[in-house]
Amino acid sequence: FAEFDDAANLLAANPDATTISIDEPAEISKNQHGRLQEPGREEDDELLGTDDSDKTELLAGQKKSAPFWTFDYYQMFFDVDTYQVLDRIKGSVFPVPGKNFVRLYIRSNPDLYGPFWICATLVFTIAVSGNLSNFFIHLGKPMYHYVPEFRKVSIAATTIYAYAWLVPLALWGFLMWRNSKVMNIVSYSFLEIVCVYGYSLFIYIPTAILWIIPQKVVRWVLVMFSLCLSGSVLVMTFWPAVRDDNRRIALATVGTIVLLHALLAVGCLAYFFDAPELDFPAPIIPVHNGTAVITKS
Amino acid sequence: DLWGPLVLCVSLALMLQGGSADSKDDGGPQFAEVFVIIWFGAVVITLNSKLLGGTISFFQSLCVLGYCVLPLTVAMLVCRLVLLAGSGTVSFIIRLIVVVAMFGWSTLASTAFLADSQPPNRKALVVYPIFLFYFVISWMILTFTPQ
Repeated sequence: FAEFDDAANLLAANPDATTISIDEPAEISKNQHGRLQEPGREEDDELLGTDDSDKTELLAGQKKSAPFWTFDYYQMFFDVDTYQVLDRIKGSVFPVPGKNFVRLYIRSNPDLYGPFWICATLVFTIAVSGNLSNFFIHLGKPMYHYVPEFRKVSIAATTIYAYAWLVPLALWGFLMWRNSKVMNIVSYSFLEIVCVYGYSLFIYIPTAILWIIPQKVVRWVLVMFSLCLSGSVLVMTFWPAVRDDNRRIALATVGTIVLLHALLAVGCLAYFFDAPELDFPAPIIPVHNGTAVITKS
Repeated sequence: DLWGPLVLCVSLALMLQGGSADSKDDGGPQFAEVFVIIWFGAVVITLNSKLLGGTISFFQSLCVLGYCVLPLTVAMLVCRLVLLAGSGTVSFIIRLIVVVAMFGWSTLASTAFLADSQPPNRKALVVYPIFLFYFVISWMILTFTPQ
């Protein structure tokens, strides 16, 4: 039993060391892909220390796939730490020329945390900023009655989640189809595409907050700026995937990606934020039965 | 238990109810919307916490999140009372201070329970959705305008 003592001593001296055990699933570190043990054993795993990215890469090849109706299957997509999420957000905002977001940051570990919560934050940011902006624009005008406009939250949610999930689905299907026709195309998994799209929406959160400023020029400059930043991340991610294809199809694909991204931004700006220069008095329209109806135009 | 959260959620939704505006489309949240946001939001945060590897059980987390709505329910009550007195700038400042204080209290209280059940390198990932959840509820309370 001398070897076991040595191993235990080594582990006690350096708790962060990479350990590989063959028999007992309970000794696999909790941050490994595809956890197999029950939740009750998690306290034991904390003694083995926290993971780091080297370990993740080493064990990436050993990703176990659980059946999709178990909880463990979905846990594989939340296997990120705080610093990884922050790194991915930074990578989506500052495009590194020549580097691919998927290869550089995601590295076979796509997560659903980022896309889901960035979309949720964006939905509420747009709704709240739009409401605040309209409030400041119409403040002081006679007949203006503040309304919270809560219906717009559902509309914002539908639009943004549809964009973040349906466009990647369409793009993934398209890339799969082209992959079957043309060899040597870099292919991304569906979740990696969802990840890129989710993180690329992050730039719109500070943009939406700054859209409160009621100047048309400022708003359009912000749209252009954020579109350039996140659009370039998207382009640099998907250009290697289509460049081996027919020239026109490649350009059309990349163009469509950027166009949809721009449409989302412009659409949100137009729908949730009233134009600042136009005057929006609330006219009193006499209705035929004599009662006056105040409408917001 | 979920009894306390249910009582708090229903009373908060009832108090937010009377704030509909002129047109049906632009009003404040309806009862069903508040109810759905609170329960669906709590379920999503619990799932998020469990998926990130938390050791707290599903209903424990729902219970904690539900009970921590209490400070915001108190804030809603105070806001309604202040609005009875008037709806000018002073009343808005009072309501703002009360809502911000209660929002901070709710977030800190639930974070104290839920963050410790997470591994330390993921605490921020679990705390942020709780912050967002109570922020949205606080926003609904602050923008409440009586008819």
